[in-house]
Amino acid sequence: MTRESMEFDVVIVGAGPAGLSTACRLMQQANAAGEELMVCVVEKGAEVGAHILSGAVVEPRALNELFPDWQALGAPLTVPVLEDQIYYLNSAKKSIKIPNALAPKPMHNQGNYVASVGNLCRWLAEQAEQLGVEVFPGFAAAHVIYDEQSGRVAGIGTGDMGVDADGNAKDTYMAGMDLLAKYTVFTEGCRGHLGKELIKKFALDEGKDPQHYGLGIKELWEIDESLHQPGLVLHGTGWPLSESSSTGGFFLYHSDNNQVVVGLITDLNYSNPNLSPYDEFQRMKHHPLIAQYLSGAKRLSYGARAIAKGGLHSLPKMTMPGALLLGCDAGTLNFSKIKGTHTAMKSGMLAAEVLFPELMKKDQGGHDLVQYDEHLKQSWLYDELYKGRNFGSAMHKFGTFVGGMYNVFEQNIVSLPFTIRDPKPDYLCLKPASECSPIEYPKPDGRLSFDKSSSVFLSNTNHEESQPCHLHLQDASVPVLHNLPTFNEPAQRFCPAGVYEVLESEDGSPRFQINAQNCVHCKTCDIKDPAQNITWRVPEGGGGPNYPNM
Amino acid sequence: MKVLVAVKRVVDANVQIRVKSDNSGVDVSNVKMSINPFCEIAVEEAVRLKESGVAEEVIVVSVGADACQEQLRTALALGADRAIQVQTEADLEPLAIAKLLNKVVEREDISLAILGKQSIDGDNNQTGQMLAALAGMSQGTFASNLEIENGEAIVTREIDGGLQKVALKLPSLITTDLRLNEPRFASLPNIMKAKRKPLVQITPEELAVDISPRLTTLEINTPAARAVGERVATVSELVEKLKVEGVL
Repeated sequence: MTRESMEFDVVIVGAGPAGLSTACRLMQQANAAGEELMVCVVEKGAEVGAHILSGAVVEPRALNELFPDWQALGAPLTVPVLEDQIYYLNSAKKSIKIPNALAPKPMHNQGNYVASVGNLCRWLAEQAEQLGVEVFPGFAAAHVIYDEQSGRVAGIGTGDMGVDADGNAKDTYMAGMDLLAKYTVFTEGCRGHLGKELIKKFALDEGKDPQHYGLGIKELWEIDESLHQPGLVLHGTGWPLSESSSTGGFFLYHSDNNQVVVGLITDLNYSNPNLSPYDEFQRMKHHPLIAQYLSGAKRLSYGARAIAKGGLHSLPKMTMPGALLLGCDAGTLNFSKIKGTHTAMKSGMLAAEVLFPELMKKDQGGHDLVQYDEHLKQSWLYDELYKGRNFGSAMHKFGTFVGGMYNVFEQNIVSLPFTIRDPKPDYLCLKPASECSPIEYPKPDGRLSFDKSSSVFLSNTNHEESQPCHLHLQDASVPVLHNLPTFNEPAQRFCPAGVYEVLESEDGSPRFQINAQNCVHCKTCDIKDPAQNITWRVPEGGGGPNYPNM
Repeated sequence: MKVLVAVKRVVDANVQIRVKSDNSGVDVSNVKMSINPFCEIAVEEAVRLKESGVAEEVIVVSVGADACQEQLRTALALGADRAIQVQTEADLEPLAIAKLLNKVVEREDISLAILGKQSIDGDNNQTGQMLAALAGMSQGTFASNLEIENGEAIVTREIDGGLQKVALKLPSLITTDLRLNEPRFASLPNIMKAKRKPLVQITPEELAVDISPRLTTLEINTPAARAVGERVATVSELVEKLKVEGVL
């Protein structure tokens, strides 16, 4: 079947902070110079913001540069952080409040805002469209198009629509399109499926540490007005993950309209395959520190997303012939601040500043814009990532406590000249189940804690039922023959949406089932499967969660 | 033949709606919005009529705030020729909508109006019927098939217990049921073209229609949660329980 194609100057994959900032900055330069540019953004979510999930406390530094008048333009950053509280949870009942002076400096949030990054993206998309960018939600970039002769990235192909589970065209079939561009910008977020392919194909991670990940699970609650303190921000670590010697951290932010967001980030280098990040989060909400706000309150929304937190040590080369890899797709998140929005935006703005003069040469494009690296190094973004480079690896190496103290020292007192690295990929960290203690999770009480299916229900996740499974097993026998006996098939537990189940066949033998319609596109399976046997691919455009205000 | 299609902007069918804590309405802030699915079917049907040469022009209209232009653009991307937004911030009742649409029907000399049978938010199932009465059009509601032949609309209606086939003299009004068609996807080039198709705004004042509400909404509530089930050991125990509950 022939595919139609369209040509652009720049095609951007993913309408998140990085992609939209690239688009806006490009058009700002073009409009100022009186030049015409054809820039489009494709987004797999049914609308911009539908797949965006973040804490979030947002640092406005990049936004100040991109739209100095963002307040007048109505950007949805309206709740300034008024108070930072940091805790160590020593047990299910106890916690210690860490004095602010002892907390690493990047954990201080004066000048930042409690915000929904989904709403920020909705707003950024409006700005982009007003500047002349074509934004196409509901269109998933399914594959990279390479130039046959030069091998450079020449664009992307959107997925076919209206294909049934066996791959046959339905009545509504619509072939995908080839979107060709002088330069293609990949901003899919953490563990983008095309980004992963590009990193491998162009060996972008050569000489770098493997990327490290966390799984963030988040809920939005509406709480009692008398308990609500807009701008109050809680962070902490310790229990319940400490019980299994795992690491991670929680957050609880008071935003506006009596809403709070609460979440837990579980570092995906955990070793006990019996661990379930979802259940860790559910039981964490029973801690008195958290429960004081949530008791009697109403849960409004649920979602999950992996984050790339390897920082500078894991940051791949971000350019290749005809393309750039930006934001969390590359791994620009500053883990010492647990913030990726301003850094993703900045990575996009820097890219636009490199792209625009290049486009003005009016050649065929397709070059490897290696000057991006130099441009990056001269920016505050690099400065930030350099300062925070040891934060995550120190935690991995020394644990939350000593690693945390190291970070206080390095971040607050003196910048240390050495580098702590963590060369072990997260998926290799699992120990056989036989060497690990089982973990008994308490039954959800239906008030503070809930089961997975009622949670996924609140993520408004929907996929067209009749379509090929987007979670691909390279070897369909691995889950039952390898993962189950050795690791008690951890996918059942690390997936926060109940996609993977081990069921019993009629003959009593175990059977691996994939409930792909539940998938919230967090990418954890692609990251943590010990056999690296699961490949996350894009489903039909528009499928996935529909997060409001996340 | 000119075909008019009315579309409504509603909360997307995949979104779990939430009643505001003060029970004044449904919270729609930053929630995904879409064309009402029945209206989308109406657009598809009109576009098919145009593609088959029966209709010359497909005009799509929506009544609402500027945000509904998004849905009008979607309808244009699906193949409608031009759009009209009747601009109002007010939350209108079916009668007011029908009166506004009636004015548009008069102005545009419409032979066939296709509406969704109901919107998935209000669930009123009134606007189409009211418009037919006001405009003096014949009406074929709950249509699962539509053919235009010799100045007549042959409509298959989904009725209780079966299908009813009626012949209507044009001008006619059709409301769509789920089985009428399966709407297409909008393609990227068509979405880009849709941005340049004409969209005009008019106000209820210009159409001289009184849109003041006739009803007052007292309260909106979430349906009561289903009570937890109970497992019984034997049939006789079940019968006993049902008797106690007064079911038997």
